[in-house]
Amino acid sequence: MLAFILRRLAQSIAVLLAVGVVAFMLFRYVGDPINAMVGQDTSQQERAELREKLGLNDPAPLQFARFIVNTAQGKFGLSYRTSEPVGRMILERLPATLELAICAALFAFCVGVPMGVWTGLYPRHWSSRFLQAASLIGVSLPTFLIGILLILVFAVECSGWTARLGLPAGLCLPSFGRGDTVQLGWWSSGYFTASGLKALILPAITLGLFQLTLIMRLVRSEMLEVMRTDYIKFARARGLTNRAVNFGHALKNTLVPVITIAGLQLGAIIAFAIVTETVFSWPGMGLLFVQSVQFADIPVMAAYLLLVAFFFVVINLVVDLLYFAVDPRLRSGMATAGARGH
Amino acid sequence: MAFVDLVRRASDSDIWHSFKASRVVIAATVVTVFIFAVSFLSPVLAPHTPFEPGTYSLSDGLKPPVVFDDGGDWAFPLGTDEQGRDLLSMIMYGTRLSLVVGIAATVFAMVLGIALGLVSGYVGGAVDAVIMRLADVQLTFPALLVALLIDGVVRGLISGQRHDELAIYVIVGAIGLSFWVQYARTVRGSVLVEKNKEYVQAARVIGLAPLLIMVRHVLPNVMGPVMVIATINLGLAILTEATLSFLGVGLPVTQPSLGTLIRLGQEVLLSGTWWIVIFPGVTLAALVLAVNLLGDWLRDALNPKLR
Repeated sequence: MLAFILRRLAQSIAVLLAVGVVAFMLFRYVGDPINAMVGQDTSQQERAELREKLGLNDPAPLQFARFIVNTAQGKFGLSYRTSEPVGRMILERLPATLELAICAALFAFCVGVPMGVWTGLYPRHWSSRFLQAASLIGVSLPTFLIGILLILVFAVECSGWTARLGLPAGLCLPSFGRGDTVQLGWWSSGYFTASGLKALILPAITLGLFQLTLIMRLVRSEMLEVMRTDYIKFARARGLTNRAVNFGHALKNTLVPVITIAGLQLGAIIAFAIVTETVFSWPGMGLLFVQSVQFADIPVMAAYLLLVAFFFVVINLVVDLLYFAVDPRLRSGMATAGARGH
Repeated sequence: MAFVDLVRRASDSDIWHSFKASRVVIAATVVTVFIFAVSFLSPVLAPHTPFEPGTYSLSDGLKPPVVFDDGGDWAFPLGTDEQGRDLLSMIMYGTRLSLVVGIAATVFAMVLGIALGLVSGYVGGAVDAVIMRLADVQLTFPALLVALLIDGVVRGLISGQRHDELAIYVIVGAIGLSFWVQYARTVRGSVLVEKNKEYVQAARVIGLAPLLIMVRHVLPNVMGPVMVIATINLGLAILTEATLSFLGVGLPVTQPSLGTLIRLGQEVLLSGTWWIVIFPGVTLAALVLAVNLLGDWLRDALNPKLR
C-alpha cells in the first residue's frame, strides 16, 4: 500500500516537473521577456543591463531552478497583454471557474446517475430508448453549440415571448457574465445572490451535459452487467424488495467505476470550461486563457498550464487512492501486480 | 477478371453483411457521402461565390431563410449574413474546409503516431522510455488544451499577418500533435507482439535493415487497429477544429470553416438572427454524428471478439 502511494506520488511529481520544463521553455524562449517590460525607446545598453539584472544570461539550469522557486511562491511574472502580475490575474478568476465547475459536476452526477439507473433497469422502456438515442446526439453536439442553443431559447426567444405575453422579463435567463457577486476575503462568490445563481444555470448545464451523458451511459452499461450476476438473482430469491436489490446491491456495485470516471472528468470539466466561458463571457480562467492564446501572452499561458497540470495530477492521485480504498478486490490484484513490477 | 472476383469476395465478406444488417449505419453512410460530395463539389454546386468581394452586396444583408420567414428571397435559400453573403454557399465551402482540416490532421497524427510507435516498440530501451513518458504526460491533458497551447506558442513565434496566411497549416499541426498518442501506444503494443514472431526473425536473419523490416513487414500487420482509431478520431478532429475556430484561434474570417461561421453567428445572435448559427451548427452536428456512428460500427465490425 505504502509502496503504491509512493510510486504514484513520484510519478505525479515527474509529470509536474515535465510540465514545468515545458512552461519554462515557453516562458523563456518564446517571445522576449525584456520586450514586454520596457518601452519602445529603451536603448540596447539598458536592455542588456536589465537582462543581466534579471539573470537572463545565467545558465539554463540555474534559470530553471529560479523559475521553479518563483512558481512555488506563486510568482508567474507579468502579463504581456495587461502588464499585471499573472498570479493575481489568475487568482481573481479562479473562483468563477471553480464555482462553475462544481455546479456542472453536481448537475452531471445528480441527473446522470438516476437516468443511468432507470435506463439500466428498464432498457426496453420507450423512455430508456429515447434517453439512449438523445445521449448519442448529446455526445456529438459540440459544447459551444449546446451553449448557443440554450442562449437562443432561454435568453433571446424567451425575451420575445415574455414581452408578447406580458410576463415579467425576469423569467428569462441571463446569457453572459456572472451576475452580482459577494466578496468573501479574496474569493468572489456568485452563490449568495439571486442574479449570481440565475447566471450559473445556463453555463452549468452547458458544461455538465457532456459529462452527464457519459455518466448516464456508464451507469447504464454497468447496471445491465450487474443485474445479470448471480448475487442479484440470489438477493431476489431471498425475497428482498426491488428497491433493496436495485439500490442496495446493484447500484452500490456500479458506483466504484462511476466515481473514478466522474473524478477524472472533473479535470476535463476544468479544461472544457474554456469553451463554456467563451460562449457565456464568464469571467473565469478559461476565458483568460483563450484571450492569452489570441494575444500570444506567454506568461499567462505558462501559468495556466502549470495550474491545470497541478489540478489534474492531484485529481488523478486522489482518484487512484479512492479506487484503491473503495474496492477490496483491487487491493490484492494491485499487490501482486506491484510485486511483479507491473 | 480480377475486379469481378474482388467484388464477389467483398459482397460475401463479414463486413458487408454487418453493414447491410444495420439501418443506422446505412443512414450514416448516406449522410456522410452526401456531405462529402456536396462540400467537395461546392465550386460547382454553390449558388454564390461568398468569398470573392464584389459578388455580394450589403443590400442583401441579414435576409432570413425562405421557408421559415416571409421576408426570404429564393436567391438565398438559407438567408444571408450581415454582409449579404449567401449562407448556403458559405456552409458548403465551410464544410469543405472543416473536412480538409479534419482529414489532414487525422492523417498527420496517424503518420506521426505510427512512426513514433514503430520506433518505440522496435528499438526499445531509452528511446522507448522517452517517447512513452512523453505520451503519458501529454495524455494527462485533454487534446483541446494541447491544441490551444500549440496554437498560442506558434502565434508567439510568428507575426499576426503571416499567421492568418499559415492558419490552416498551424491548426492541422496543432490538432495532429494533440492526437498522436493513441496511435503510438497502439502501434507500440502491436509491434511488441509482432517483433518476436518468426517472420521478423527470418527477415533479420537474411540481413534486412531494421527500417525496412519495420515499414515493409511489421507495419502492415499493425494497421488494422490503427485504421479503426483513425475513423473514430476523424469526428473528434473535426470537432476540435470547429471548437478552435469558434474560440477565435482557428481559421480566420477570410477562410471560414463551420466553427468560424458559428462564431460569426453568435456575435449577432442577440439581435435574433438565429439562422447564421443554426444551419452551420446542424451541418456540423450531422457530420460528426454520422462519422462517429460509422467509426463505432467499424470498431465493432472489425473486432474479432464481438463476432
